[in-house]
Order: sequence, then structure tokens, then C-alpha cells
Amino acid sequence: MSYFLQNLIIALNDGSSYALIALGYTMVYGVLRLINFAHGDVFMIGAFVGAYVARYLNPPTVGNPSPEQLIWHAVIGIVVAMMVCGAVGYVIERVAYRPLRRSPKLSALITAIGVSLLIEYLAQMKWTFAGQSFFGPDPMPYQPIAGSGESIAWFQNVLGISVVPKDLIVLATTFVTLVCLFVMVKYTKMGKAMRAVSQNYDAAKLMGINIDNVISFTFVLGSMLAAIGGCLWGLNRNQCTPLMGLIPGLKAFVAAVIGGIGNIPGAAAGGLALGLIETYVSSIQYHHSAILSPYKDAIAFLILILVLLLRPEGIFGKAVAEKV
Amino acid sequence: MTSATATEPILFVDHLVARYGAIEALHGVTLRVMPGKIVCLIGANGAGKSTLLRTISGLLPAASGAINYTPDRTLQLHRTPAHKIVAAGVSHVPEGRGIFPNMSVRENLDLGAYLQSDRTKLESDRRRVFELFPRIRERQKQMAGTLSGGEQQMLAIGRALMSSPKLLLLDEPSLGLAPILVEQIFHVIRTINQQGTTVLLVEQNAHMALQIAHYAYVLETGNIALEGPAPEVRGNDQVRKAYLGED
Repeated sequence: MSYFLQNLIIALNDGSSYALIALGYTMVYGVLRLINFAHGDVFMIGAFVGAYVARYLNPPTVGNPSPEQLIWHAVIGIVVAMMVCGAVGYVIERVAYRPLRRSPKLSALITAIGVSLLIEYLAQMKWTFAGQSFFGPDPMPYQPIAGSGESIAWFQNVLGISVVPKDLIVLATTFVTLVCLFVMVKYTKMGKAMRAVSQNYDAAKLMGINIDNVISFTFVLGSMLAAIGGCLWGLNRNQCTPLMGLIPGLKAFVAAVIGGIGNIPGAAAGGLALGLIETYVSSIQYHHSAILSPYKDAIAFLILILVLLLRPEGIFGKAVAEKV
Repeated sequence: MTSATATEPILFVDHLVARYGAIEALHGVTLRVMPGKIVCLIGANGAGKSTLLRTISGLLPAASGAINYTPDRTLQLHRTPAHKIVAAGVSHVPEGRGIFPNMSVRENLDLGAYLQSDRTKLESDRRRVFELFPRIRERQKQMAGTLSGGEQQMLAIGRALMSSPKLLLLDEPSLGLAPILVEQIFHVIRTINQQGTTVLLVEQNAHMALQIAHYAYVLETGNIALEGPAPEVRGNDQVRKAYLGED
């Protein structure tokens, strides 16, 4: 039982990041019918910014911060990362995608791959600014925002599992973010406009919705979610690298497809589901070794193929018949 | 109103050319809509009726020519983006209705009032729509995609009214509806007009359209073939043969 619960914590940790990235894919697809392949790289930038903020707030020379400081550092790091990534997302859309609004979809798709490569290679160069170096090919250690931390006694004693403070930060942040997002999409004017654009582009224009504004907003929002995902991923893995966005980005794309691309609750559920599947499949023991663990990534893509074969509209997607 | 008291047109489409890629769909269409009237545009499939409406509401760019909209001062619609055209009081019910299927009826109506920031006005507009279409009131919480075809058409028209338009563009409101519903829809169009909204109506059902319209245009393969007061157009031999199925 405790083995199961311990894996659940791991699964939710990974699944949270998948879900947060998948939301960006799905929302952008919804309004623009474009898979923004640069999205995983925005996630990477978010992780780095979070790491730099943490290093600034708590330099390695200083001792371990108190739990209260930890939470503050995490919150500040995430907020700064959100602002930086929001700006990056806005610029990407403005510079790379908007000029192609009337071009064939393929042009935009190829551009997305180009933007992705551009960010990845720029991030592998060492940037020096005010005597400090940023990015570069070496892995950047994630400062102990929440460090290894002590396992929280209650979980240890009552459930027999190890839950460190950062686990709670990850789960709480994801939960709050998802609730805010759903409320925003369901009830605010901009949320309704986003859904309208994704359901009928022309009709949305006829409502007086400025489509360009909605698309910009969606990119900023999606990039902010990716920033949160990046910071949480950094917390989990304790380091970030310029290419770290590649595999989580692709997997989050798988998650978005599982949930039905364009479907917002579907993307969140798909991300969490992918985290669960990966973790539990990797934890299957045979003669005391987790034989499937090395195939963790392959399993994610196998699921993608299966979903596309068996249920292309996604597990949570529903094909609504439009009456003529 | 007689022609002696007629004022300036609210909409003046001047030698409008529109194309889809290399294919020219409108070859210089000129058309006037007088304020307070119902003007109908009849013509066969592919004559360019929908293209004309889509160009007026800014969904399709005009290749050349002009569209001047003059509720009080003139706005050049061919140089105005779609969302600003709505703000200026032109509302377009597109072909195929264009409702948002995965949103509730209520949310569809709210989107119709997207530019309306005055809550009281929004409430009174919604009441007006419910008075015109009691069925829509009953179905408020239902997903719009689950409505019947007739109800979807009512929703589309109701939604367009939520922006309090001065000029309403209707594209084939009778398409695919049972005769009893067609009667109902046309009755409502007349009521909307009597409440002060100018209507430009595109129809294949020439019989019904000519009954409620004041003025009519006949569009044939991208050109205006005939125009005149609706009773005159109705009496025209060509129209009777080609569009009304009379000998």
C-alpha cells in the first residue's frame, strides 16, 4: 500500500508538469489550429528563470532556508518565470506566427520547429550579463528552493511514505493553477472568447471579438503555465539543461492528444494520466528489478500511437455533431 | 415611407469586387440599403450572395470597390476589421448559423453581447430576444450543439440581436427548416424590422423573401441582374420563371 502511495506522489509530481505544459499546447491548438513545437522550450526557459531567481534569493554561500522562506522563494521564482515566459510567448507569436496567419498551416508548423531549434541553440550558448553567466551547455543545478528537505513526519508515520515539502509545493501549485484556469476559461469574458474562437473562428469575429488579441492572450497564458511547469520540473529533477524541454514537451503533447487536442480539461487529465501510467508501468517489478523502467519514454509514445489508432478524438474529447 | 421622403442609404456597396484566391466571385456589385427597410437578395446557389455578406461584415477582404456604411457618419467597411464592423452596429448571421456548439445557449447569447459593457442594456436585449423566441428562453442551459436546426437558427438570430445592431445581415435563415418554422422565422424578421432594425436578407426561398422585403436585388453569377421594389421584382417574368417556379 505504501509502495502504491509513494508512487502516486511521484506520478503526480511528473503528471503536474505534463498537465501544465499540455494545457499550453491544447489552448494554442484551440485558437490557432497550430502545434506550437516551441512550447517545450518556453518550459525550459521557465525552469532556468526559476533557478536563477532561487540562486539570487538564496545564494549557495548561505545556509538552508527555513520552510517559510522556501515557500516564498518558490512563489517568487514561479511568478518571475511566468512573467518572463509570458513575454517570450507573446514575442514568439508576434514575430514568428502572426505574419503567417494567412499562409498554409504547414508553413506555420515548420516555423514552430524552427523557433524551437532557435531557442534550444541560443540556450546552449553562454550568455554573460553583469558579470554573471546565464544558460550555456552545462546543467544548471536547481538551487534548493525546497532542497531535499526532511520528509514530513505525518506522512512518514501515518502513511509510511516520504513526502518532502517540495512535493506539497508542486501539488498545491498545480491544484491552484488548474482551478484558476478553469474558472478563468469558464466565466471570464476572455475565457469565453477563447472558447468561441476555438469553436468557430468566423463566428467569433462576428461577435466583435478581436481574434489577434485572443491569440496573443492565449500564447501568454499558455507560456505562463509552461513556466510554472518548468519550475516544478526543476524542483523535482534538481537541475535544468537547455534541452530539457524536448522530452517533457513531446510527452505533454502526447498528454494533450490523449485528452483530445483542443480540450482544456482533457489536457489536464491527460497530463496527470500520463504521469500515472509512466510511473506505475515503470514500477512493475519482476525478480526485484523494474524491468519496464528503461522503456518509460517509449511507453508514452506507444500510448500516443494507440490513442491515435483507437480513439483519435482523445479519451476525453467528444465528437459533437454539428447540425446543418 | 415613399421614395420622396427617402434619405441616404445606410449601406452603399459600390462596384464591389471580391475573390477567393484567383477566382472572382463578385464582379462589381452595386447595391443600396435604405434605413428601416428589408432588402432581399435572391439568386441561385453560387451566385455570390454569401460572398457579398461576408465581404460586408469583413470576413472576406474586398478586392476593389467600396462599402460605405452610414448610420450617422460614414464608415468605410472595406477598410475596417470585422470586430470593429460589429461595434459600428452591423451584425451578420452567417450561413450555417455559426453557433458555438459546445457552449450553452446562454453563453452563446452572452457572446453576442461581447462588446456590450452596459449590464442593464444587456439584460433588456436578452429579454427582447426571449420575447421574440420563447423557445430560446426554455433552452438557456442546454448546449447549443444539441438544439434542433430551427432552434439553432433562432439562437443565431437572437445572438446577432444581442449587439443591438442597426443593420442585420441574414444569410439563408430558412435553409433546411420545416415550412412551419420558415413561416415563424420570417414573421420574426418582420417584427425585428418593425422594431427599427434595417435588414439585408439573402435567401434562396425567393417566394418568402419577396413577401416581406421592401426592395429586392437579383444576383446572377457575381452581377446584379435585376433590382426594384419587391412587388415589381415579384411580377417580373424572368423572376417568376427562374426563382418562383411559376409559368
